[in-house]
Amino acid sequence: MSGSQYQISSDGNASRLTLTGHWTINCDSQIADSIINDFREEPFRTVDGDLVESWDSSLVSLLLRLDQEAQQRDLSLKFQAFPQGVLELLKLARTVPEREGSGKNKEEQSFLSFLGDKAITDYREAISFFCFLGESVKSFYRLLRGRARFRATDLRDILSDTGPEALPIVTLISVLVGIILAFVGAVQLKQFGAEIYVADLVGIAMVREMGCMMTGIIMAGRTGAAFAARIGTMQVNEEIDAYRTLGISPMDFLVLPRIIALVIMMPLLCLYANVLGILGGAVISIGAMGLSFTEYWQQTLNAVDMTDISLGLIKAFIFGIVIAITGCMNGMHSGRSASAVGDAATSAVVAGVVFIIVIDGLFAIITSLLGI
Amino acid sequence: MTLPTDNSIIKVEGLTMAYDNFVVQRDLTFDIKPQDIFIIMGGSGCGKSTLLKHFVGLKEPAAGRVLFRGDEATSQQGSEFIDFWQTQDSKRQALMQRCGVLYQSGALWSSMTLAENIELPLGEFTDLSPSDTRHLASLKLALVGLSGFEDYYPSEISGGMRKRAGLARALALEPELLFLDEPSAGLDPISARMLDDLILQLRDNLGCTFVVVTHELASIFAIGNNSVFLDAESKTMLTTGNPNELVESCDNDTVRNFLTRGEGG
Repeated sequence: MSGSQYQISSDGNASRLTLTGHWTINCDSQIADSIINDFREEPFRTVDGDLVESWDSSLVSLLLRLDQEAQQRDLSLKFQAFPQGVLELLKLARTVPEREGSGKNKEEQSFLSFLGDKAITDYREAISFFCFLGESVKSFYRLLRGRARFRATDLRDILSDTGPEALPIVTLISVLVGIILAFVGAVQLKQFGAEIYVADLVGIAMVREMGCMMTGIIMAGRTGAAFAARIGTMQVNEEIDAYRTLGISPMDFLVLPRIIALVIMMPLLCLYANVLGILGGAVISIGAMGLSFTEYWQQTLNAVDMTDISLGLIKAFIFGIVIAITGCMNGMHSGRSASAVGDAATSAVVAGVVFIIVIDGLFAIITSLLGI
Repeated sequence: MTLPTDNSIIKVEGLTMAYDNFVVQRDLTFDIKPQDIFIIMGGSGCGKSTLLKHFVGLKEPAAGRVLFRGDEATSQQGSEFIDFWQTQDSKRQALMQRCGVLYQSGALWSSMTLAENIELPLGEFTDLSPSDTRHLASLKLALVGLSGFEDYYPSEISGGMRKRAGLARALALEPELLFLDEPSAGLDPISARMLDDLILQLRDNLGCTFVVVTHELASIFAIGNNSVFLDAESKTMLTTGNPNELVESCDNDTVRNFLTRGEGG
């Protein structure tokens, strides 16, 4: 039976608390709180532990709380007939004073100071992003002068990670996007009997926008997070420090090959996504609208020109830089704990996706102003 | 400021270490002589590892300076000191290449085998052929008792072996200065003793200077011939000197308590 009971009796003018039964970590947690509440309402002067059958540190914790309550009220509280072990542990807990300044400041923050703090952190983060960008450019410059070095095998591994191994997911997503675009277009265009223009819609949308944007988002989630987690873990293991002290720049050795790999792979993946998206559209047009493949293909070739394709590729190239930099930067700036690495991976993905959408929006505005 | 001349290899002058506004230690002043095994000791959280970071280019001092003796081969006077944190980046790089560091966790590069860990710095900073670097890597691993483990990855070996492999990597570039952060923490007494013997042998045979962060008393007395004691409470150093003499003659209670585990004096 896990019975822990207490009873408050008063003999004369001083009341006494008697504890009976088993006072272990498994017993009812509310009982301790109700004892403290009783004490606050009507302080007792003696605690009797003669009838305690079993105990562990939860009993010591209760007594310590009672003791602190009593001290706050300048009351004396006597612990009577407790097992010797309980009293020894209580003494141990009381003799070590809290180290000065060791308690964290948990003051409630006002909204204004929260806002200020947030603004300062965001400002610093923006600065550090540009610093990191600058560092990468310097590192690239060193590479051009033949001073920066990384292992060819590393670059090869990263290229294969970011390129061929991303093909299945890119295939799936782009075919589906092509199919969705074709369906949306088909329903609307059917009303005018202009089904053939589905090819224009799918072709232009894929090549100009969806191809590079979907690959960008896939790669931000897949590769950006991987970069951040990998480099963040190296930060935790002091591996980055080990590079620094050996005079090997982590920028050159870790970040540069990742940027190069993504800058090479993103346009290629984007091109691949364009083709598959158009094929996805073709499947619907042929299957559901009775167009022939030649018609569809001819119409696509008429609709899409080199400008559209190169616009998509330029965006893919820029997205590659952005994903690599946000991923590596969050990894390099990661703190030294498991949760910090998780945060780094999260913010790499979030920042990557946000940047991609924002840059894509800017491109849309600029190209429409220039009439491209 | 003028640069002093004496036979020390590292001089620390009025060093104050801080994280933002939080001061860890202030006013540290001590010398490290060539071929010393210099112990940085003190209780947990007093800034021992932080002090080490100031020697290896990972943390800039808040005040004061760290002086390294210049390379005798290239400087005219032979004992010219270089202010580690004020000198140009290229000179600091050159200084850092004379140092080897063993990190608390070993910090081996986890994506490379043990041999590759040692070959990487050799390949970066020497003109040796790949087969030569391979032989050198095997030799360094053999020195720390890990021959035959060349193709293992750090995750495949035990913690003690990782420490020793880390030491082998620290030895890669034939450093004259070795910085070890808690080399024997987490090792069983026999392995810890073997590591101590290894350190003594490397000092005697290669002529390296060691700076060791540790709070293992057995190691402190076995290998240390000079030391500095950092105190977390007063945030400064309490004394410097040979630990074997300090335990006899130091008049500071904290130091004597530390060195006798609170049992003597």
